[in-house]
Amino acid sequence: MAGIIEKLGNTDRRIIFVLIALSVIIPISFNLILPNPVGAEPSRDLFDYVDALPEGSNVLVSFDYDPSTMPELQPMAEAVVLHLFKKNVNIVGMALWPQGASLGQDAMSGMADSLGKVQFEDWVNLGYKTGGGVMIVRLGSSVSAVFPTDKDNVPWAEIPMLRNITGLESFSLIISLSAGDPGIIQWVMMAGDRFGVPIGCGCTAVSAPTLYTYLQTGQMVGMLGGLKGAADYETLVGIKGGQAIRGMAPQSVAHIVIMLFIIIGNVAYFSQRKKGGAK
Amino acid sequence: MNWEILGIWLGALVTFCLYSFLYRDNPFYKFAEHLFVGMSAGYWVIYNIENVLIPNWWQKMFPAEGGFSWIWVIPGIFALFMIARIVPKIASFSRLSLGMIIGAGAGLNMVSFFQTNALAQVKGTIFSLASDSVWSVFSSLVLVIGVVSGLVYFFFSKAHTGVVGKTANVGITILMVAFGASFGYTIMARLSLLIGRCQFLLEDWLPTIPRLLGFGG
Amino acid sequence: MRLIIPLAITFTAGMIMILNFFIPHQPFRLLGDNLQEWFMIVASGAIFLGAMNLMHVHSRKIKLKLKNWKYSPVTIIGFLLMLVTGLIYGVTEHRPFDYLFMNVVAPMGATMFSLLAFFVASAAFRAFRASNWRATLLLTSAFLVMLGQVPIGAMIWDKIPLAKVWLMSIPNTAGQRAVMIGAAMGVVSTSLRIIFGIERSYLGGTD
Repeated sequence: MAGIIEKLGNTDRRIIFVLIALSVIIPISFNLILPNPVGAEPSRDLFDYVDALPEGSNVLVSFDYDPSTMPELQPMAEAVVLHLFKKNVNIVGMALWPQGASLGQDAMSGMADSLGKVQFEDWVNLGYKTGGGVMIVRLGSSVSAVFPTDKDNVPWAEIPMLRNITGLESFSLIISLSAGDPGIIQWVMMAGDRFGVPIGCGCTAVSAPTLYTYLQTGQMVGMLGGLKGAADYETLVGIKGGQAIRGMAPQSVAHIVIMLFIIIGNVAYFSQRKKGGAK
Repeated sequence: MNWEILGIWLGALVTFCLYSFLYRDNPFYKFAEHLFVGMSAGYWVIYNIENVLIPNWWQKMFPAEGGFSWIWVIPGIFALFMIARIVPKIASFSRLSLGMIIGAGAGLNMVSFFQTNALAQVKGTIFSLASDSVWSVFSSLVLVIGVVSGLVYFFFSKAHTGVVGKTANVGITILMVAFGASFGYTIMARLSLLIGRCQFLLEDWLPTIPRLLGFGG
Repeated sequence: MRLIIPLAITFTAGMIMILNFFIPHQPFRLLGDNLQEWFMIVASGAIFLGAMNLMHVHSRKIKLKLKNWKYSPVTIIGFLLMLVTGLIYGVTEHRPFDYLFMNVVAPMGATMFSLLAFFVASAAFRAFRASNWRATLLLTSAFLVMLGQVPIGAMIWDKIPLAKVWLMSIPNTAGQRAVMIGAAMGVVSTSLRIIFGIERSYLGGTD
């Protein structure tokens, strides 16, 4: 028995790789979908806030991520955009990360096409700007000074839905889909605390624990944390079999597998320590 | 040519090239890695030209209604100074641009971090004290004690002995719980990325094979 | 002199941002607005610097036939491919530049970082040890979060997600907040040191 435990403790890392891959591949291959109940999570708070927005409000969605976090944030982007469109809210998209401009365009144009929403009347993608927090402060006093054109260089004056937008106070809500810096922290600091605009957030699971502090203080109205947050929003919006919801089954299995790895590693460690082999 | 299928196959090809690293470092991985770096850099440059320099600098310097706004020459020169760093003889000019960037960033961060990450957090902790149920009172106390003891742990100007030491010990305990939560979330994040790629390979790429072979949709 | 002018610029830029925060009226508003718009242009210069440096490094590798030089043309060709398609077709959706991004760059970016899933699993297996009670607490907290974040946690016991929400909202918030306040104080003091020219390392050297 001790020999088996010792062998398990020295498992080649490539075997671990294969097991992790299988734990993800098998549930996807069998199209396993687990029910995703949404409890008193911060994702529900964001959904409720968006749901209460009056028709015709302007919401700024900032796509502050790149492909490295796309599997977590793109389903969020699509679910949030769908919800905003369903509520007949005007979406002004932008990006603090250059690659976010393309990914945001993909999310918005895809949803707009399926719902019959018109570019420049119901939604616009203003594109990317450098400057992070410094640029957000300038947005506070004048959005058109920072974005004289949209992503494809269409002048501000030629975009009808932007006529009533001056500074950040023109927005009923800002949602940052954030993978790091610059991202949600800058939005909370500059747009939320400085200009008093309500802030919502979709973030990677890595940054979610830190951002809970902003929820307790009311600096953020709600948060979608990682793939679970995306799955929650898909559930709340009513997307059947969305990408994030489908991801919850492999996520569950892989979590169990990693927990088993940790338990086996600890059993091997304590067994060796008992024998005096480990310090 | 079906551009959609070609795109999926290109995506799958580079995905397999990169995953080959799991076996060991190899030329396929190195090829994809170098391609990724080059294409990403190209993407950044183009977006800077199209979304920043043209609308925010060039079109402001030469407005559509005609004329020349000389004031925009100044940031242009500062941007050039930044690039000067690559030429050793004139590299010191980049300090002027760095001074501007770092100075503006420091000025903004000083007030913003103090307001958002210090004052608002202290206020949030003080006003967290609830009294509507025993459980919420207990939770509020855990929050307040956790924040205070955590701060004591980070206070290195006094030796961690006696009451300070005991409070710091409570602080470490709270921090361990927080770090554990961060670790759990980190595992979730990394797996989510893998799930995304597997969904692409199994749900987008794999169904194209029968289509290419002439059977299936 | 080579240091005084950059330090003076740093001080001026920093003070404009601070004054613009506390006194959002003229003339500080105008100064702040201009500085913020200029900042974007100068920051773009840094991105060009990065790209030019990348090309310089890889050209040098090819020229001197340094280690792995055979892959350097791939980087240069990839860079030029995006540059040329971007300049010719722009960044509009469904055009060649966007096509290359969505079908080559995006999959590579996503895959590159998904590799970490394997390494984090391997590292957890080898290094995550309940060697003392605090490490056990960390492990327990991690397990609770990992179960509470996925549907299987609620299937095992329906109170697990509730426990996770409490753990995240109370002890986690307390710990993260302590770190956040401490770090904020660090940012404030470092910013002051930079503005007043005490911290100069960002200028690279002290000549």
